[in-house]
Amino acid sequence: MHKYLFSRKNLGIPYALFLVLFVMAPLLVLFYYAFTNGQGEFTLLNLTGFFSDPNTLGTLCYSFGIAAVTTAVCLLLAYPVAYILATSRFRTKSVILMLFVMPMWINFSLRITALKEILTWFEGNLAYHPFLNTVLGMTYDFLPFMILPIYNTIAKLDGALLEAARDLGAGGIQAFLKVTLPLSMPGILSGVSMVFLPAMTNYVVLDMLYNSTYIMGSLIGSYFAAYNWHGGSMIALILLGIVCLFTLLTRGIEEENTRGGALL
Amino acid sequence: MEHMTNIIELKHITKTYEDGFSAVSDFNLEVKKGEFITFLGPSGCGKTTTLRMIAGFDIPTEGEILLNGKPITELPPNERPINTVFQRYALFPHMNIYENIAFGLRQKKTPENVIMKKVRKVLELVDLEGFEKRSIDTLSGGQQQRVAIARAVVNEPQILLLDEPLGALDLKMRKEMQLELKEMHRELGITFIYVTHDQEEALTMSDKIVVMAEGKMQQIGTPEDIYNEPINAFVADFIGDSNIFNGIMTGKLKARFCGGEFACVDDVEEGTHITAVVRPEDVILTAPGQGQIRGIVSSVIFKGMHYEITVESGKNEIVAQSVHSAKVGDRVGVHVDPDNIHIMIAEDHTNIFPAEINKNNELEYNGTVLDVALTSIVKGSRQTEDGTLLDVNGSEIDTRKLRIKISIKPQDIELTDEQEEGLVQGYISNLIYKGDHYSYVIHTDLEQDFVVDDEYLWNMEDQVGLLMPVEKMIFSVKK
Repeated sequence: MHKYLFSRKNLGIPYALFLVLFVMAPLLVLFYYAFTNGQGEFTLLNLTGFFSDPNTLGTLCYSFGIAAVTTAVCLLLAYPVAYILATSRFRTKSVILMLFVMPMWINFSLRITALKEILTWFEGNLAYHPFLNTVLGMTYDFLPFMILPIYNTIAKLDGALLEAARDLGAGGIQAFLKVTLPLSMPGILSGVSMVFLPAMTNYVVLDMLYNSTYIMGSLIGSYFAAYNWHGGSMIALILLGIVCLFTLLTRGIEEENTRGGALL
Repeated sequence: MEHMTNIIELKHITKTYEDGFSAVSDFNLEVKKGEFITFLGPSGCGKTTTLRMIAGFDIPTEGEILLNGKPITELPPNERPINTVFQRYALFPHMNIYENIAFGLRQKKTPENVIMKKVRKVLELVDLEGFEKRSIDTLSGGQQQRVAIARAVVNEPQILLLDEPLGALDLKMRKEMQLELKEMHRELGITFIYVTHDQEEALTMSDKIVVMAEGKMQQIGTPEDIYNEPINAFVADFIGDSNIFNGIMTGKLKARFCGGEFACVDDVEEGTHITAVVRPEDVILTAPGQGQIRGIVSSVIFKGMHYEITVESGKNEIVAQSVHSAKVGDRVGVHVDPDNIHIMIAEDHTNIFPAEINKNNELEYNGTVLDVALTSIVKGSRQTEDGTLLDVNGSEIDTRKLRIKISIKPQDIELTDEQEEGLVQGYISNLIYKGDHYSYVIHTDLEQDFVVDDEYLWNMEDQVGLLMPVEKMIFSVKK
């Protein structure tokens, strides 16, 4: 006798369906295309092809560069903002935080178009500064994703810990370096992973800024546009591997960090 | 002589916040080197604020703090040779125990081998040998407490500040830690300044107690002084259980309170309003007719070492402690030896009287429901729709076990001819002209004496009603 139509187990069904249809199945398709050629035969050529072609490797390096610089710029801009907002006693601080986050609510292509107009006004032909423009566009786009998690961790920080540090003889800067900074690491890490990974692939920003350079995202796009599904799938798979590696790495740091002063 | 020097002095310390709230006002204190001094008072009395000003986290709005005779009023906390044990420990979660304890030493650029030795020694002191590499979240509350103490003590501060350090521990653990802290104080010879709201803790541990209320020092003295010679009704009520009565001196070494006349040893001028304090252990129950007053036993509670017996005499309640039990309804006499009656001149004639909680969980006095919510009296409580009172954790509070006392100042009570309008009725049993007003003693129908200041002249024996606005009443709760 089943008294309840929906047991807890049944509640999981829609999610399981979603998982199979939109995560597992595409992944399998991706794997299939990555390791086959046009005739449907198994091959590793796509993989070796990627690592032997200086163009694709160059794009990988360039993407890394773009992502690293964007992340660094975002972090340098976001941390002070988050810190000042989280520790200040302004009554208006939620309003100020909202101002930083608000661009997220405006349509992405609209924002980038606006940025393009401004940059054109300064630079004339946008094609002369592809790297700078890409970093600017991505920083503008991703900054809120860096501010929010850092703000949250600092705001949740127990004020007594800072007082304890001061009490034990640490000056303001020492207390920040030894307590606030290491304890805001989880926020920094989640901010970094939310900026770094999209920055490697989000080629729409480049396209809209009339950018002729390639990052990983544009590379995949170009393969598919040329009906080379196999090569495109392999690049997507390699990117997925990089993402996994990166996630494991940050998680490792995070655990280290909570266990004992590895980052001090 | 070294033990006579003041290590820290607080001179006219006042702390007023931006919103005008005065947390501490005109606080003066001298602490001798090596003393164990406790700030005792209810929450919000300013004891933690005072401690924070000594630590350097707060800067007083007025006054001066001297350490070894030198002003440190505005010195930042990291430059003071003072360390704090925080209420919720405030251990660094990203460091292991060794790093937590070494934090202060590292700030002073102590060589690593010295740090190692000192940390080991201090871990021995707090009984946590071999815990160096453990992380904070693997420790119990008591162990975290010990690490917090070790982290402060390892810096060899001149003064150790402890802000309700045992508040989060269970009773048994607390008792153990009390003794250990006391022992540690003896061993280290550091001056301890301890903050607590637990009077028993203060009495057990301190060399000297500072009782505080509403930002002001009420009394300072040894635990014995404070217990035996409380300076006012607040201190008497806060320290230990007490029977407190308003009364008047009726002759040389004679006082009338609680509906009886008692011989006493404090020589106070006849006609003076007094507050009389009698400790429950000094109340002797006798055969009816033998004591100074008589009454009926209204409750008997077994307390392990003794019985707590409440006697009703008229509408007064006297609590006695006795090794002999009694039965509810017994007629008894109540006797108090003269030297066990502590008479205080009632400079502050604040009237303190008990209120009752009725079946609907409303506060009641003399059959009138007072317009005040129980939730605003019992801190952190809330009331469900059917009137049940819940505490912070959501468990039910037995309102029958709550004893609520109301205090109201003489100038806040008004006398009226329309007796029925008053909260309680009575006759004027004494009056003194005080220059710009009269001070009356009203003996009420409930056999209590109220002190009332009024600018109009009434006559002796006049029947009056007492108007007491609820918003002028201050409520205190004892469980």
